[in-house]
Amino acid sequence: MSKVRLKIDGRDVEAEKGMTVLDAARRAGISIPALCHHEKLEPLGGCRLCMVEVEVRGSARLVVSCVYTVAEGLTVRTRSEKVDRIRKGIVELLLAHAPDSPQLAGFAREYGADRNRFEPEPSFCILCGLCVRYCAEVVGKHAVGFIDRGIRKEISFVPEIAAKECDACKACFPLCPTSYLQAAFVLTGSLVFPGGGESVRDR
Amino acid sequence: MDTASIDQIIDRHQGEASSLIQVLLEIQREYHWLPQAALREVGRKLKVPMARIQHVATFYKAFSVVPKGRHRVHVCVGTACHVRGAMRVLESVQDLSGIAPGETDLEHKFSLETVNCLGCCALGPVIEIDGKVHGNVTKAGIAGILGRYE
Ligand code: SF4
Ligand code: FES
Ligand code: FES
Repeated sequence: MSKVRLKIDGRDVEAEKGMTVLDAARRAGISIPALCHHEKLEPLGGCRLCMVEVEVRGSARLVVSCVYTVAEGLTVRTRSEKVDRIRKGIVELLLAHAPDSPQLAGFAREYGADRNRFEPEPSFCILCGLCVRYCAEVVGKHAVGFIDRGIRKEISFVPEIAAKECDACKACFPLCPTSYLQAAFVLTGSLVFPGGGESVRDR
Repeated sequence: MDTASIDQIIDRHQGEASSLIQVLLEIQREYHWLPQAALREVGRKLKVPMARIQHVATFYKAFSVVPKGRHRVHVCVGTACHVRGAMRVLESVQDLSGIAPGETDLEHKFSLETVNCLGCCALGPVIEIDGKVHGNVTKAGIAGILGRYE
């Protein structure tokens, strides 16, 4: 593997070719906030929280660090006024959907985000895709997936598979940044496989 | 639903997972919607997980996961048609078919939809049925037009 040298927050960092900026930074002990990233999963680039500023041939631009690959001589700034402002906005938008997520509350403190900036529309799921990708890529069961698109996009369990597999697994539950996944599972259970799967009564 | 015709469609695409969208389009054309049983069969034969098929089937507007009628009626309510009386036309189509936009009647004859311009404003008010455009529609003429469809 050939090495690539870059600068992150003024520090010289060495990375493997093909690595993402996020991974390179983390390996060097520099933290970048990330919600939809998981080291075992293919990056999705969905939450945009890991946005950083890079300088390519003298001009600065914003890139999503969990999908942007390192390049020789790249200069990266993980915090700047612009980056912080964008992260604050993203956290505020996500908070409108999931006002009680502990992870979001942490980011809100860090970036000074106001949880009431946007009209709340609690959908609880923030579409990070961790549950969907984990079930597909690591567990290999495809018990939960996305349906629809745009503002109507949501997660949906495939009842036949969920009834058989999920009770024994639930590996995706702790990954969810909100508690929507568990709620959706219990709801699916009581609607489509009452008796099988877990029902509200069992709790 | 007969699985034989679905199997035929799948076989035409050599059971290639990459042909998923093509296969779904052909099933949609034949049945006017994508029945669950058909999706399950597609998943089994193309070896594509159901979660993925559901995502695709609900993502594109060309697909429907609820039954649709044999004939798709589109009433234009774009600006030009609107000023030429599209609302009266729509009302009359609703009265005659018994369904509102987005609905399908119990016999699965018509599915009604509104659109925001069909690109032939000079003919307004316009309705389109199964791709055929009917222009200068009058309230009185609608029964005759709908009556041509079985
Ligand atoms: S249910 Fe949770 S883990 Fe799954 S996509 Fe939504 S927020 Fe992410
Ligand atoms: S962690 Fe990079 S977009 Fe979510
Ligand atoms: S507005 Fe109806 S065809 Fe243009």
